[in-house]
Amino acid sequence: MPPFLLAGPAFRPIATTFVPELGPADEAVWGMLEGTIGSALGARHSALGQQVRVFIRVVDLLARLRFGRGVHRLGGDQLRRLMGALERAPFRLIRRGVWGLRTLVLMGYYTQPLVIEGLGYRANRLGWEGRP
Amino acid sequence: MTARRYDVVIVGSGAGGGTVAARLGALVSQGRSVLVLERGPRFLDGDFTGQELDMAGALYADGGGFLTADGAMTLAFARGYGGSTIVYTGTSIVAPERVIRDWNVPGLDHADLARRSARYSAENNVHLLPDELINENNRLFVEGAARSGLHAEQFPLNLKGCRGSSLCNLGCPNAAKQGTHRVQLPAAERAGVTVVTRAEVRRLDERRLTVRVTPKPAGGKGADSEWAPGDYEIEADIVVLAAGAIGTPALLLGSGLAGLPSRVGHGFTAHPALILVAEHAHPVVNDVGHPKSFFIDRADDDGFLLETCMYFPFVTAKNMTGFGPDHGAMLRAFSRLQMILVLACDHATADNRVAIDRDGHPVVHYRFTDRVVESLVRATRMAATIFFAAGAIRIHAPLANPPFIDRTNAVMTDRLIGPEHFLPGVTSISSAHLMGGAGMGATAANSVTDSWGRVHGRPWLRVADASLFPDSLEINPYLTVMALADRVADGILSDLPTGTPA
Repeated sequence: MPPFLLAGPAFRPIATTFVPELGPADEAVWGMLEGTIGSALGARHSALGQQVRVFIRVVDLLARLRFGRGVHRLGGDQLRRLMGALERAPFRLIRRGVWGLRTLVLMGYYTQPLVIEGLGYRANRLGWEGRP
Repeated sequence: MTARRYDVVIVGSGAGGGTVAARLGALVSQGRSVLVLERGPRFLDGDFTGQELDMAGALYADGGGFLTADGAMTLAFARGYGGSTIVYTGTSIVAPERVIRDWNVPGLDHADLARRSARYSAENNVHLLPDELINENNRLFVEGAARSGLHAEQFPLNLKGCRGSSLCNLGCPNAAKQGTHRVQLPAAERAGVTVVTRAEVRRLDERRLTVRVTPKPAGGKGADSEWAPGDYEIEADIVVLAAGAIGTPALLLGSGLAGLPSRVGHGFTAHPALILVAEHAHPVVNDVGHPKSFFIDRADDDGFLLETCMYFPFVTAKNMTGFGPDHGAMLRAFSRLQMILVLACDHATADNRVAIDRDGHPVVHYRFTDRVVESLVRATRMAATIFFAAGAIRIHAPLANPPFIDRTNAVMTDRLIGPEHFLPGVTSISSAHLMGGAGMGATAANSVTDSWGRVHGRPWLRVADASLFPDSLEINPYLTVMALADRVADGILSDLPTGTPA
């Protein structure tokens, strides 16, 4: 199981805060996203996956301290405010955590073939010959 | 452990190592042996799928996610037959005379580098793209610049048969880019030079290298290694380090060589860069055609360069600041986007250096100086002016908060974009021009090598890559790396004793 999933129900709400298009996403999209992130973390030093998991737990803890409930029980606006505050936190380690987690989610989403197609991005080896 | 012996061993096969290998090919017919060790694989033409995730994972160190020690900057460099020449855009610019003069390396003059650069420009088919192959993303840059009173110059490119896939940074799927993997390395192999891929140098000792050859992973790209997997001990009369501005200093620092110059690892520069994005009201032809055809050189005046660019969806998303609905909306406008890359011409400082961790892995320490941040700010303001002059309706400027600036606020860009919005860990900075770490100079006290790439005090050990740069080049570096490597090859050819080798 990808290490970030071990962090419990907090991951998907955070990911949806980064990429709101994930809100209505089906399991196939989530599966691809989580698989991509899991593969990327699997190819790196094992400590990185552990750091991701710990950071998600820290975010969940901060949500409980600030709002009295975990990330998965926050409203969208509350979670956006929390992540926005953490993104520009005075502690570089927190900012780095948000940036890193955000990067993983963007990687898991913006490399999906249907998403790329939906953006209108069509680059391929045919180049000019492939265009009308 | 298998023992081997060569007259010359070259570590790395990119712009530096590939060039030295081609020049030393002539030695083979004289009975000498030359070996190139490349850590990455030998990619096959069919491997280049153009798929971002697939190719980034195969080509780039850490899948393109190699970060500085504080996580504030992404450093992009490739591993494979041809090194980073597999993934650059083929821009081939002669080093600025002013920069070489400022480097002040005894024995190195601009005329010599220019002559050698001209030779490689011809050898690698460097030319200007004809007008009909310039896409709209590039044209908007030229038009916006002209309307802003600026002159955009065209990049000379080393292409042959470019079909305009726009996928240069993921490895050309049409074998059009004439990097060392297409020109110098094949020539070297035809001349009898041995190139071994999937061969990682794990330790450097006195005229000896410890090397591990790894098998091709299941499902991986590229050919099997030319040698059987296993550990090798290779002796050599001359060792040439061309493992790049991170790899070469790391090898030196992790070596068993006593008394190396204290400057090893120091002098690292990177041309820190921001990707700027602008939305137009109409579709922009941006995902077909060469992505980097024009630039504006403000290095001397303002300490920055502006270059056209067009990145892939994930890289674009990652390099934009923030997240959420506005971030997503900009990406959904991908087919209407124009992009500009802004690069700061940083300078060597005491803080910025390559080190190694306890396992011998490279660690890059980099701190953004106020001067670099100011350069990025000035560059971003100029790019914003160009975007709006080209007709953009909205831009994303990472050095503004919020980063989105609508056309209605175009007159306020100088006020909205400022150094106070630069925040390491929030602002996405990247670099693909990695330089320094084994710089040239007069003595071991102020440098690592002489102007011919000889490591001070160890004439058998040479450096032939961008780590030779004593300071940043202030322009795209590949042609200069080749010119310097050509000098290193000349030095080897003159230093090797003539006659029948042992």
